[in-house]
Amino acid sequence: MQAQQMEEKIWGYIDGTSAKEEVAFVEQMIASDATWRATYSELKELNHLLQANMEVEQPSMRFSMNVMDQLKGLQPAPATKQYVNKTIIRSIAVFFISSIVGFLVYGFTLIDWSASAATDKPYQLPSMSVDYKILLNNTWLNVLVMLNVVMGLLYLDKYLRRNRKVV
Amino acid sequence: MMEKDLTDKEIISRILKGDQRVYEVIVTRYQSFVFTIALRYAKNREDAEELAQNTFIKAYRCLNDYRGDAKFSTWLYTIVTSLCLTFLRKKKLEIHSIDQDHVFELANQQDAGMKANTVEEKSKIKMVNDAIALLPPDDAKLLLLFYKGEQSLEEIAVILGIQPNNVKVKLHRARLKLKEKMEQHFSVEVEDYIHS
Repeated sequence: MQAQQMEEKIWGYIDGTSAKEEVAFVEQMIASDATWRATYSELKELNHLLQANMEVEQPSMRFSMNVMDQLKGLQPAPATKQYVNKTIIRSIAVFFISSIVGFLVYGFTLIDWSASAATDKPYQLPSMSVDYKILLNNTWLNVLVMLNVVMGLLYLDKYLRRNRKVV
Repeated sequence: MMEKDLTDKEIISRILKGDQRVYEVIVTRYQSFVFTIALRYAKNREDAEELAQNTFIKAYRCLNDYRGDAKFSTWLYTIVTSLCLTFLRKKKLEIHSIDQDHVFELANQQDAGMKANTVEEKSKIKMVNDAIALLPPDDAKLLLLFYKGEQSLEEIAVILGIQPNNVKVKLHRARLKLKEKMEQHFSVEVEDYIHS
């Protein structure tokens, strides 16, 4: 076993992070092998040195007062999760789910179930061609624009109300 | 019950109810540790103190985000670590280059000091802390969190954003480097210590 692996195992043993089998193995090696014993003793000393002598630095005497001075007039901000508007997330989810369901329903209505079972011809996928001219005429565009304007105004109103509450 | 005897969670609950004054207990409780971590990254005490102050201010502002499923200290050390890394990025100093410049600069200071000082003056405490100062900031912080921060390997993993097994490996490497630094720069003290 390499010296580095041996040290890793001994550190695990000293820190108390080794598994039971590993602990038994290290104990056995320390008892039987002089190199393991010497390394264990050395690392244990280093561990003791660190535990007993590592110092924590002190900031200036006015440190806590400076922090408290800077906090004057400040309040804890609302939790980040409150910033996420669940209504928007739900609306997006509803839009996508209804689109998928809509396309599926439309696709299934185009399938001629009786014809595919009766003939020997290979199955033909239904034509999914959509007449977009129906959707992109002036009336539909006007309705969509109006809908967006109304939704925009609603969100602006909600945003301004929330800001007024905070103040 | 005295305010200083309150647990972190009790203090936080009081602050969130509007008692800002008790936050001073939290600041006093953790200021040394936060400052020490900051000092490992910043070159001077002024920058470290500013970083530590910003840590406490940010922690206060984000107090509503503390969910209480980890220790408050773990959460606080995550903030100081993140601020220190941002500080380094802002200063356009890569940790690697800091390691080397800082280490060589400090090593020279230590050597000069060793020649001037008598053996009695070089206490074990000084030896350990000077050797830690020669380590890269990440290694020094890791040792500090493990030995003085009362943080488990799992909690350190949360602070550093890595897996607990990686913490174990990094900790092992940090101690290995520390041992090398001590043997390299403090061989006389190490000898004294072994024979004492």
